[in-house]
Amino acid sequence: MKTSALYTTLLYLFGGSVLLFLIAPILLVLPLAFSNAAYFHFPIETYSLRWFRDLFSNPVWLHAIYNSLLIATLATLIATLLGTMAAVGLNHYNLPGKRFIMAVLIAPIIVPYVILAVGAYFFFSKLGIANNLLGIVLVHAVIGIPFVVLTVTATLSVFDMKLIHAARSLGASPWTAFWHVMLPAVWPGVASGAVFAFATSFDEVVIVLFLGGPEQTTLPRQMWTGLREHLSPTILSAAFVLIVVVTSMLLLLTLRRHRSIINR
Amino acid sequence: MNLDQRMHKAENSSRWRAYAMIAPLLLFVMLSFVAPLGMILLNSIYDPVVPDGLPHTVAELQAWAGPRDQLPPEPVYAALAYDMKKAAQEQQTGSIANRLNIEKPGLRAVFMKTSRVVARQDNGPWTPVFETADPAWSQPEIWGTIRNLSSPVHSLFFLSALDLHRQPDGTIAQQPKDQRIYISIYLRTLAVALAVTFLCIVLGFPLAYMLAHLRDKTANLLLIFVLIPFWTSLLVRTTAWTVVLQEQGLINSLLQMSGLIAEPLTLVFNRVGVIIAMTHILLPFVILPVYSVMQQIPTTYVQAARSLGASSLVAFFRVYLPQCMPGLNAGGLLVFVFALGYYITPSLIGGSADQLIAYFVSYNIGTSMNWGLASALATILLAAVLLLYTVYDHLVGHNRLTIR
Repeated sequence: MKTSALYTTLLYLFGGSVLLFLIAPILLVLPLAFSNAAYFHFPIETYSLRWFRDLFSNPVWLHAIYNSLLIATLATLIATLLGTMAAVGLNHYNLPGKRFIMAVLIAPIIVPYVILAVGAYFFFSKLGIANNLLGIVLVHAVIGIPFVVLTVTATLSVFDMKLIHAARSLGASPWTAFWHVMLPAVWPGVASGAVFAFATSFDEVVIVLFLGGPEQTTLPRQMWTGLREHLSPTILSAAFVLIVVVTSMLLLLTLRRHRSIINR
Repeated sequence: MNLDQRMHKAENSSRWRAYAMIAPLLLFVMLSFVAPLGMILLNSIYDPVVPDGLPHTVAELQAWAGPRDQLPPEPVYAALAYDMKKAAQEQQTGSIANRLNIEKPGLRAVFMKTSRVVARQDNGPWTPVFETADPAWSQPEIWGTIRNLSSPVHSLFFLSALDLHRQPDGTIAQQPKDQRIYISIYLRTLAVALAVTFLCIVLGFPLAYMLAHLRDKTANLLLIFVLIPFWTSLLVRTTAWTVVLQEQGLINSLLQMSGLIAEPLTLVFNRVGVIIAMTHILLPFVILPVYSVMQQIPTTYVQAARSLGASSLVAFFRVYLPQCMPGLNAGGLLVFVFALGYYITPSLIGGSADQLIAYFVSYNIGTSMNWGLASALATILLAAVLLLYTVYDHLVGHNRLTIR
């Protein structure tokens, strides 16, 4: 018995250290955004909000934030709309080629962004949409699609198709049955897919670097430039904002999930 | 119509409706994903600059087809003079010169200079004109180089990506020692990806085990520590590690304050920093699937093994571990595939000797303007990734490629 207690203690120690390794860098860096110093220095001597003022008043950063929001919103709309439709189609019980279609739709997750960016750069240059917003939106929609397809397919797999048959037999058109019966049921899947797609686009930098002209700065691209040139603490205030936005989205998603369980 | 036919018809029409709902997305993915990847494959083998820019030269060289260690006859020089004049009119001289220069550094200057000389001359004989313009034209090598480039579809870029090249005499040889870089970069990418995967499994497995054996409430609370970094921007986490690891960074400050070291350690701009940061970023991809598999493993199996006399180690390795394999396969493969394509983290945290293959794809697009080589390097990486994806698909199933 003694050895098993020792094992458990060791396991907890090790697991605790790994958890610390995961969270510590993020927790350590956040306070630096509130430091008054013009460079990263520990320990923090005086606190101030000057880097947040810089972030929200500097036109360069504001323009980047605006672009990020615009690109992520458009890409999410495309990915969610097309992805949900396709997932509903893929839910058909007997569809030849389903496995292959799924594999193609999921593939953007695993293809390195550099490869995707280079290919899109070649192709969009030919079409004349490199170096503008449209190209970035299209590729960002592509990398968001797998999340939407996966989450909606997962929700649909537990959806009872008899409900649709019932609606249809009571005289509903296919569209009415979809809109009033199926969509409300799969809505949580659509929402979490959309959140994933939004967060992915909002955080992406490689594709923006290749496809963006000088005008298309985004928040991550601005951070990237800052990190390569000089480490300005404004980057950390941007990081703080990103963490807060993303974490609150995560919380929102978890809350939603809990609520939908309660409602059931 | 009997019932059978009507059912058949109904099923067909419902199937077509399903396809119609998938079609828009499939079309979109073809346009914005498959076509771009296709362009990379195309650019890695298709290179029409020389045959398009110097068509008569290429035709005359083919007609002559003499041995590679001899100079071509006058008609070839005349054809080249004609092509050069035409290229100058169409302002193509620069791009042809650049293409030749990629194959043999120095040829850009030769070609540009000769082109200017030829432009001033109205008629031949051309052989002496070329030979006085630049002595390179009286060497057979330059003609061999042009002949190597005379087909619009060739394997030269793949040869470069494998540290090989086609010599002017037409044979394939290894690059000179100081120019053999890509094989070692593929090996470096492989080594970093393996190290990161190994570390992720070694760190992630015990943590997942611990979480799976805690009460649900505690586990869910601790899981937030995994999910917050997982959800935090890649760039933010990379920034965090630069701040923590740099010379005046947190680790060095702490170590110096505690008096353990006098001089700061170099933790950033080297391999150690890259591997630490990549492990941190990819760790949740192992923890989450392994944890979710472990949650579903009934405790009764291990108990049965123990009651039948297996030691705790035997029970763990022969009964528990095999049941974790789906999660370990999923997480490990995913981390490995992601690590192979890493670009941002190594470029911000690594030094010049720590850059992985993705960096060199980007470098050959931007700085060195060798799109063909960039495409060949990307194609090899893409092939590796797609191969692993197929393995993943067989082992795990792509619909389990879910991020929680």
